[in-house]
Amino acid sequence: MKAKIIITPKKAVLDPQGKTVQNALEHMGHTGVTGVHVGKYLEIDLAPGTDKAAATQALDDAARRFLSNPVIEDYHLEIVD
Amino acid sequence: MRFAILQFPASNCDQDCLHAVRVAGAQGRFVWHKETSLGDVDAVVVPGGFSYGDYLRCGAIARFSPVMQAVKRFADDGGLVLGICNGFQILCEAGLLPGALIRNRDLRFHCEQVFLKTVNPATPFTSALPKDRPSLMPIAHGEGCYFADAETLAGLQSRGQILWQYCDASGATTESANPNGSLLNIAGIANERFNVAGLMPHPDRAAESVLGSEDGLRVFEGMIAALGARRAVA
Repeated sequence: MKAKIIITPKKAVLDPQGKTVQNALEHMGHTGVTGVHVGKYLEIDLAPGTDKAAATQALDDAARRFLSNPVIEDYHLEIVD
Repeated sequence: MRFAILQFPASNCDQDCLHAVRVAGAQGRFVWHKETSLGDVDAVVVPGGFSYGDYLRCGAIARFSPVMQAVKRFADDGGLVLGICNGFQILCEAGLLPGALIRNRDLRFHCEQVFLKTVNPATPFTSALPKDRPSLMPIAHGEGCYFADAETLAGLQSRGQILWQYCDASGATTESANPNGSLLNIAGIANERFNVAGLMPHPDRAAESVLGSEDGLRVFEGMIAALGARRAVA
């Protein structure tokens, strides 16, 4: 069992890295790209038999308070078997 | 006056801060991040550097160090806390200051002298700074772009919590004088009680004329004066 957490910059936050990647994609000839947002991906391995509901609650708390910074980032948490 | 200078793994301005504090006329000592107590001190400096390799986000791991619980209690009791550069990032991550510091808008590390407008001179951190001209201090950071949501920014402005803004030599807070894209040209802020402050520029690196500026020394002198005034009242 593992948790997958995707952290992305909030839409209101300046994302110069995303903008630079977008420009590079355009230079490569990719048309129709209207935005790129560079974030982080965390994979957290969980012990077999972990209670999914409890893990979701605990990791949601960790994602909100530590793994992401709610001032500048959004996160998406998913737990998969 | 006794200053505690925190040391995290990869702090690299701790020696500079200790030296600056001594030049300003106070005593200082290092406090390792694993300490659970600050000891008997009058002020705390969270120095610059790259604590924990800037892993995850700048300052994100350092805020869990045992010493930060002691810093929180110290700040809650009204103690003076100054965060410089990475120290500013740590104080924001720890929730002692509002907002966050993100990548410079041009994605470059900036190492240069900047002019700073003292926006609110009526604080322990700013009272001794020159009033007739901008201050001159160096910056050295890759992630110093100050961000906060509109509501937070409005609150900072209305309460006078913006202490320093990037400006040009004449004191004008222009876009071209903004080295990193900080909202409102913000270089440093204080909390609502004005006992905790953070800034990206380095007062510790502008504390002697041989370094090109003594303006940074005034930040420490202001803190020492405020502490002296508190003692006199007590």
